[in-house]
Amino acid sequence: MPAGLIQIRHLYKQYETAAGPVPVLHDIALDIDPGEFVAIMGPSGSGKSTFMNILGCLDIPTSGQYLLRGKDVGTLDHDALASLRNQVIGFVFQGFNLLPRANLETNVALPLLYARVGRSERLERARHYLQQMGLGKYCKSLPSQISGGQQQRVAIARALAGNPSLILADEPTGNLDTQTSREIMDIFTRLNTEEGITIVLVTHEPDIAHYARRLVRFVDGRVVHDGSVEIAHEGAMA
Amino acid sequence: MIGVMLGEAWHAMGANRMRTFLTMLGMMIGVGAVIAMLAIGQGVKDSVNDSIASMGSNLFIVVSGSTTSGGMRMGGGAAPTITVGDAQAIAELPSVRASAPVIGGTAQIVHGSSNWSTSVSGVTPDYLEVAAWQISRGAWIADSDLRAATRVAVIGKTVADNLFGDEDPIGQTIRIKQSPFVVIGLLEAKGQALDGRDQDDIILVPLRTAQRQLFAQQFQNAVRNIMVQAVSASAMPQAEKEMNELLRQRHRLREGADDDFTVRNMTAMAKMAAQTAQLMSMLLGAIASISLIVGGVGIMNIMLVSVTERTREIGIRMAIGARRRDILAQFLLEAVSISVAGCIIGVLLGIGAALLVGQLMQTQVVITLSSILLGFAVATAVGVFFGFYPAHQASKLRPIEALRYQ
Repeated sequence: MPAGLIQIRHLYKQYETAAGPVPVLHDIALDIDPGEFVAIMGPSGSGKSTFMNILGCLDIPTSGQYLLRGKDVGTLDHDALASLRNQVIGFVFQGFNLLPRANLETNVALPLLYARVGRSERLERARHYLQQMGLGKYCKSLPSQISGGQQQRVAIARALAGNPSLILADEPTGNLDTQTSREIMDIFTRLNTEEGITIVLVTHEPDIAHYARRLVRFVDGRVVHDGSVEIAHEGAMA
Repeated sequence: MIGVMLGEAWHAMGANRMRTFLTMLGMMIGVGAVIAMLAIGQGVKDSVNDSIASMGSNLFIVVSGSTTSGGMRMGGGAAPTITVGDAQAIAELPSVRASAPVIGGTAQIVHGSSNWSTSVSGVTPDYLEVAAWQISRGAWIADSDLRAATRVAVIGKTVADNLFGDEDPIGQTIRIKQSPFVVIGLLEAKGQALDGRDQDDIILVPLRTAQRQLFAQQFQNAVRNIMVQAVSASAMPQAEKEMNELLRQRHRLREGADDDFTVRNMTAMAKMAAQTAQLMSMLLGAIASISLIVGGVGIMNIMLVSVTERTREIGIRMAIGARRRDILAQFLLEAVSISVAGCIIGVLLGIGAALLVGQLMQTQVVITLSSILLGFAVATAVGVFFGFYPAHQASKLRPIEALRYQ
């Protein structure tokens, strides 16, 4: 059996509040292999965002195991988590999350800065990925000078700059119109099929989920469906 | 990495110029005040030290004391009670190296069409060394001049400048109270005394010449004062005691009677003046450095605001791999940049202020490299010290919470 990219066993997550602990994720078990394209759906409050944060090493589970490339994330310190986020994972957010004062190539080169890559190589790689996203002529522009769809492509270029094996996209098309959403999803599909990058995507739009090849549905902190994307619509209607 | 972070710090500072400027203002004023105060303090200290060096070492001045005449007490020096004889007797004391009696007053000096009013002193050859004078050109008063009461004069630089201009004064004849004197020597310039008097505005003539031809005395052999040099600094208390005893005995003062003379320890007075100057300089610096602390608090305040405003940015940076120390370094560098930038402007302001004060108050100001380096060191330290807490707060943010921050 090939080593999975992600192996999750008996994962629990609860938040401590003034009113006592609030369970958010309940006994999650999930494996994701390299090269998969997974869509995660579920109503708000179902725990899918918390799950994504744990997948992205931005948060750690209360109990249970999360192995990323065989490494138990729960045992790692802040620096090791930062380095996993830097080297293994690329993030794409709903709100793009670009640095507003930095130009596009600086934004894209940022993960490489924290990976201690030299200046000239950093900028060269940043320009390469911007070009790949069709934004080669905007290298010196500021995020505010380009459209939302373009900003999301910059965010994808930034996610790619660290040469990740996993891209986590949290509602990446949530702020975009249908046509632009389709373009962005085509990019994800291409990265998945041509570059073999594993993609995990949270969405509440069935149309977007259909780009994936596997659907995981969360309800009340549990996985209620794991398999075909064909039922995406039924779930949305339920 | 440092280069990029400096660039980012520069960008962040430029993003809100007014705020950055106001934050820097605290440092500018603080560093400027420290530099200016140190420069002024150093100037005072230097001029005091120059005066002390020009005064002669291990020095006493004996002057006539107060006397009572017809029930009326006269001020010190009003009645001439000390004499050339006293001076000669003091010179014999074991703890005294030399003593020099001085008589004199003010006189109008004429040379050709120029005239000048100055202080004329009758002195003995020992005076040169006791009063720490140097002859810059020509000769000093010789023993033979003293004995023969010749009409020769040694003049100070101010007198030479006023009477002769660019001319060479040596060998020229001047008239002091109508009597002709030949200028035989020129004194090396000393500059200002501790009390601000111009020490170079002086003419020295042989003691006996002054007694006989310039300042005819009511009392024979009375002198204005006696300058006394002790053999060493450690012998000064002993010398003072011996002089007091000797003079009381010579003046036949009964047990319990007041001294009719005063012995002033000039060296102790000078030391005190130097200490006062030093203390004042330190005090000014200390007061000025309080504004540096206030400036530092301003930096801390604005950095805390900045961290809060940029919480989301910190979250983004952490999400894509910034470690805690990367965030810490970034904000710390920003605080230090503001501080050092303020310091650079502050140094220039401080130098300007010091020069201006020097001009307006006609005092010496000395801007030392060490005070500028001190300014930079303190500014950096203030930046690190007051920048650390906000930077630490930033680095401790949890990435998910920072990312969620609106």
